[in-house]
Amino acid sequence: MAIKVVERRPLTLAERTYLPQILAGLKVTWDNMVRPSVTLQYPEERPTIPKNYRGVPTLIMDPNGREKCVSCQLCEFVCPPKAIRITPGEISEDATNAHVEKAPKEFEINMLRCIYCGLCQEVCPEEAIFLQSQYSLTGLTRESMVNNKVKLYELGGTLPDGHHKWDKKKEEAEKQAGGHH
Amino acid sequence: MEQLLHDLILSPAWHFTAARGLTLILIVMTIAGYSVLLERKASAWIQGRVGPNRTMHPLIGWIPFIGTFLAKGGFIQPAADGGKFLFKEDALPGHVRKFYYVLAPIIALAPALAVLVMLPFGEFLYEGKRYAISLTQGADVGVLFMFAVSSLGVYGIALAGWSANSKFPFLGAVRGAAQLISYELAMGLSVLTIFLATSVPGEDHGLSLVAMVNAQSGAWNILTQPIAALVFLICVFAETNRHPFDMPESETDLVGGFHTEYGAFKFGIFFVAEYSHMIIGSTLFILMFLGGWHVLPWMPTVGEGWIGSLIGVATFFLKLCFFLFFFVWVRWTLPRFRYDQVMRIGWRVLLPIAVLNLLAYFAWYAIRG
Repeated sequence: MAIKVVERRPLTLAERTYLPQILAGLKVTWDNMVRPSVTLQYPEERPTIPKNYRGVPTLIMDPNGREKCVSCQLCEFVCPPKAIRITPGEISEDATNAHVEKAPKEFEINMLRCIYCGLCQEVCPEEAIFLQSQYSLTGLTRESMVNNKVKLYELGGTLPDGHHKWDKKKEEAEKQAGGHH
Repeated sequence: MEQLLHDLILSPAWHFTAARGLTLILIVMTIAGYSVLLERKASAWIQGRVGPNRTMHPLIGWIPFIGTFLAKGGFIQPAADGGKFLFKEDALPGHVRKFYYVLAPIIALAPALAVLVMLPFGEFLYEGKRYAISLTQGADVGVLFMFAVSSLGVYGIALAGWSANSKFPFLGAVRGAAQLISYELAMGLSVLTIFLATSVPGEDHGLSLVAMVNAQSGAWNILTQPIAALVFLICVFAETNRHPFDMPESETDLVGGFHTEYGAFKFGIFFVAEYSHMIIGSTLFILMFLGGWHVLPWMPTVGEGWIGSLIGVATFFLKLCFFLFFFVWVRWTLPRFRYDQVMRIGWRVLLPIAVLNLLAYFAWYAIRG
């Protein structure tokens, strides 16, 4: 490669007085000043949360309003800061999702421990736990920072779901019951 | 109306004198407080932010429109800032020289207020005679007094740095003193050219600020002596310790400079003193180069009688507001000079320019006769 010599031009007199540069700088700041500000007035204006945002972990229900969690406790075991505690329980015989699986009796996520890593969502075989758009969680006591099952379902709500797992389970159970003569 | 104006401004009765003094202090303190607001607002605008826009007193905030406007503009902020300084714990560090430590803020502020005595900011006619709106009528040494006393403010900085008994304030104080000495020279020399232009042989008020302003009823001095104006302007920035010359403070290298060890209301006083010095510097520039209370070059007054003098005072305050804004604008534009650069600009650039400028005007006046 040929060496290209870049000319190092000495400063002109105008540049050495520094004054044109100052004026140019003043113009830059003036232009900035007349431009509208980019501030988001936080409590009144909220930022738009992207779809894949990892906010507070929540439990969700399927479109029929049945809880999806089967209390397999994978999330509890994978959780790096051990923020999740599940007490497994039975599903009563007459419940709409009473077929084979279990359901959590109590499901607690300690938000003082949670690091929002999203491993629980990743590991969940039932797609029952999701980190959603809730980004601002505060409380006045340590107890209030532990989300129990009711709170988790309240935060989670219902997400669209194409599997219809419980419908299929029910169909299967009915078929098997029909097969026994 | 004219009689009332006359009484307010000229009456030697003690209550009028006291009222005049208090009013002026009140006005300048208010301007100083609101230039802090201006600083915060303008810096916010320059940086794409909003600035203080929530401070509100519940009683005022209740008023529709006006309350919202005052909150958005941050107009209650200076009061909140002052109140905060006033009610904070006034800690006295154990390692300071206590007497001087307490004395320093007072010494920083006192000259800035004392200078106001000589400050004219308008003019009015009474029974065919023109009077300046000022605390002291026709003091011939106006400029000299203002220069001499306003420079005393650096004693506050030096004393603060020394009495704080720790290294950063000390460095700040040394820098402040050195900077003042360096720039005072160029400043004085640049002003000498103005004296040459305004003082007419045979008249005895050559150093009066009022005479200086009246000499600019035609062209303003900034038009006839742009180099002197530029040197003076740079020196004003340096003397008031404003960016890009804020050597005594320079947060990045000296923590807080001379007021590192200060807090609560003592720091507040330093703060007000800095802005008062800005006001003094601006008024000096306006009086000497921008035609004081004259509305436009070659158009000294608009209107007659007391309306004319009111417009004159308003013009003066508009110019002052612009200047305070200019100080802020420059601060948020330019980075701070290095200390050696400050010294080099002072001694090797501004001083020779001021001397040459003075010599040139000497020669010109000598040739013209």
